[in-house]
Amino acid sequence: MTMIQALRSAMDLMLERDSRVIVFGEDVGYFGGVFRVTEGLQAKHGRTRVFDAPISEGGIVGSAIGMAAYGLRPVVEIQFADYFYPAYDQIVSEAARLRHRSAGDFTAPITIRMPCGGGIYGGQTHSQSPEVLFTHVCGLRTVMPSNPYDAKGLLISAIECEDPVIFLEPKRLYNGPFDGHHDRPLVPWSKHPRGEVPEGYYTVPLESAAVQRIGSDLTVLAYGTMVYVAEAAAAETGIDAEIVDLRSLWPLDLDTIVESVKKTGRCVVVHEATRTSGFGAELTALVQEHCFFHLEAPIERVTGWDTPYPHAQEWAYFPGPGRVGAAMRRAMEA
Amino acid sequence: MPQHDPRPLRLHVPEPSGRPGRPTDFSYLHLAPAGAAPQPPIQVRAADTADLAASLVRVLDDEGRAVGPWAPQLDPGKLRAGLRAMLATRIFDARMLIAQRQKKLSFYMQCLGEEAIAVAHSMALREGDMCFPSYRQQGLLIARGVPLVELICQLLSNEADPLKGRQLPVMYSRKQSGFFSISGNLATQFIQAVGWAMASAIKGDTKIASGWIGDGSTAEPDFHNALTFAHVYRAPVILNVVNNQWAISTFQAIAGGERATFASRGVGAGIASLRVDGNDFLAVFAASQWAAERARHNLGPTLIEWVTYRAGAHSTSDDPSKYRPADDWQRFPLGDPVARLERHLEAIGEWSAQQGEQLRSDIEAEVIAAQKAAERHGTLLDGRVPSADTIFEDVYAQMPAHLRRQREQLRSGA
Repeated sequence: MTMIQALRSAMDLMLERDSRVIVFGEDVGYFGGVFRVTEGLQAKHGRTRVFDAPISEGGIVGSAIGMAAYGLRPVVEIQFADYFYPAYDQIVSEAARLRHRSAGDFTAPITIRMPCGGGIYGGQTHSQSPEVLFTHVCGLRTVMPSNPYDAKGLLISAIECEDPVIFLEPKRLYNGPFDGHHDRPLVPWSKHPRGEVPEGYYTVPLESAAVQRIGSDLTVLAYGTMVYVAEAAAAETGIDAEIVDLRSLWPLDLDTIVESVKKTGRCVVVHEATRTSGFGAELTALVQEHCFFHLEAPIERVTGWDTPYPHAQEWAYFPGPGRVGAAMRRAMEA
Repeated sequence: MPQHDPRPLRLHVPEPSGRPGRPTDFSYLHLAPAGAAPQPPIQVRAADTADLAASLVRVLDDEGRAVGPWAPQLDPGKLRAGLRAMLATRIFDARMLIAQRQKKLSFYMQCLGEEAIAVAHSMALREGDMCFPSYRQQGLLIARGVPLVELICQLLSNEADPLKGRQLPVMYSRKQSGFFSISGNLATQFIQAVGWAMASAIKGDTKIASGWIGDGSTAEPDFHNALTFAHVYRAPVILNVVNNQWAISTFQAIAGGERATFASRGVGAGIASLRVDGNDFLAVFAASQWAAERARHNLGPTLIEWVTYRAGAHSTSDDPSKYRPADDWQRFPLGDPVARLERHLEAIGEWSAQQGEQLRSDIEAEVIAAQKAAERHGTLLDGRVPSADTIFEDVYAQMPAHLRRQREQLRSGA
C-alpha cells in the first residue's frame, strides 16, 4: 500500500469496528480528500459517518470536541498543517485541557490529521512543519509516521487513544519514500518493504520509537521524511549511523533514544521545521540531560532555516542528504 | 459623476450614552410591549423570523399579568420552583461575594439580574440535554438541584473540590447535570455545543444541546463557526446569546450591537431567531420550550438573544462605577426578573410578601449551612487544598513517563 492507502485502510477499518468513529473535514466526504486519503469512505459508510465540512478549522476542531464530549471518536482532517492556526484555540485551550480541567468529567478523544512537511514546491503555506506548536502543549499527543505500515498502525492507535492526538502526515511520503534527492525518480511504496501493509487490524503503539537503521558510529534522531534523508546521508558518507525514527514525537520513547546515544556517544538531530525553539531543541536538551557523560561530541542539529518556507529555493531550504551528511561528519570529527 | 473634494473620512467608535454621572438613554433597546410579538409555528422558516429577531418577545406586562401568544401554561407550583431557584442563585451569589471579600475564595462572578434566563431555560430542557455554559449560568446548576456544598467546594478549591483545585472559581463542570466544563477561553463552547448536538443527531438520539455566549463574545470567531455549523448540519441546538449590555467595561455597541440585534445574526446565518425579554421568567421559559421543540422535531437550531442587564460588577476584580452610571440597573426598562415573577405570582393569587420573606430566610439558612459544610473541607485561608501530586493526573488518560518523572521531582524537592 501507499501511505495514502494505508491511512485510508486504518480509517475504513475503524469506521467498521467502532460505530463511534466519525470522519470529517474539508473535501473529505464525496470527493474523498484532496490527497485521496478518504476516497470511497463516504460511499461505504454513509454521509452521517463521513462528511464534508465548511472551510472553518476552528469549527471543525470545535465541533469535534463537542462530539467527543458526547461520546463519539471524531477523526478530523485539516487540509494542510499550514492551516491549523485558526483551530489553535480549540486545540490548546480545549482539546488538550478538557480532561484535566474537568478532572476526567469530560474527555476529548479526537484525532486531528494534518498533511505536513515540504519538498513538494509547496511554498509558504503548503510545506510547514508545525509539530513543536503541539509538542509544547500539555495534554496533546503528537505523532508522525514515516511509512505505510506505521501510518496505518499508528493511526489506529491514535483513534483508539483516549487522548487528543495530532496526527501529522508527511505528504512528501504519501506515494513513496523520499531521501531528498529530488533529481532522481520517485520510488513507489510497492518497491519498499515498509509498503507491505496487512489488510486487517493491527496497531503500532504510541510512545514507541523504531530503530530504522542499526549503527554504531552515531545516533540520528529523525522523523517523517528526514528518516530517509538520514539513511541516504549514512550511505553516502559511509558513517555507520543508528537512525531512530521517533514516530511519536511527544510523549516520546526516551528509553530507545537514550540507549542508542549511550551506545554511539554522538547525536545528530534532524527535522524539516525551523530551527529556533524547534522540536530539535527539546531532543537536544533531553539527550544532554540523559546522556551527558556518554557524549563524545556536541549534539548537532540539522533543520530548516529560520525563515518562512520559500518556493523557488526549495532545495536550498529542505535539509537534504548533503547537509545531514556534513553534520554527521562534523559529529564524527569532533 | 460630479467631481468635488471628498471630505476627510472619520472612524466611528461607538460609545454608550451613559457614563459615570450621566444617565443611560435606554431607547436603543427597541422594546416592544408584552404580548405584542407573535408566536410562529415551530416549523417557521428562518427568514420569516426576521421581525421577531428585531422585536422583543415579552409575556409579563407592567401589572404582572401574563399576556399574548407566548404566555406558557405553567402551573403555579412550577413558577414557585423557578422563583426559588432564581432567589437561591441570587442569595448564593451574594454570599459568595462576601466570602471573596473575606479572602476565603480568590475570585467570584455573580449573575445578578440574569437569574431568569438560566433558571427558566433549564426548566424547559429535559434530563440528558447538555448545556455548554459560559461562566455566568450558575442558575442552570442551582435549578437542577446541584448540592450547594459541592459548588462551594469548587469555589474554595479545597480538599473536596470535584475539580481538584485545578480550575479558577466558578469554572464548574458537572456532566451528570448536563453542565459542560467551563473554560476561561470565551466562545469556544458555542461551537462545541453544536458538535455535541451533531453527535446526538448522528447517533439518532433524542437529546439536544444548548450553547451559551455573552454579547461581547459574539465577536469571537467561534460564534460564527457555531452559527455556520448549526445551520449547515441543522443541528439540534439552542444558541443562547445573553445580551447583558456589557462585556467587562465595553458596551454592547462595540461588540457589533449598535445598529443590528444579535438575534439578527442568526437570521443572516439561516437560523430561526428570537429576541426575548431575559428578565421575564415566563417569556424565557416559553421561548426556550419553543426552541427545544424545534430541535427535538429535527427542525434545526434556534438562536435566542436574551435582552437583560448585567446588574452587578463583571467580577470581583471589576469596579463598574469607573465606566457606567451607578444607578443603571434601577433605570433599566426590563427591571428585575425576581421582582417581576413575584408580582405575577401575587397577581394570580399564588404568592404573598410573607411567603417571599420566608423563602428568602430559608434559602439564606441553606446557603450558610452549605458554606459551613464546605469550609469543613478547607479553604484558601487554611491551605487545605488537593495534594500537589494530583496536578500530574488527568493530563492524559494514562500518566506518561515524563510526568511520572516530574511528579517524582516535585515529591523529592528536586
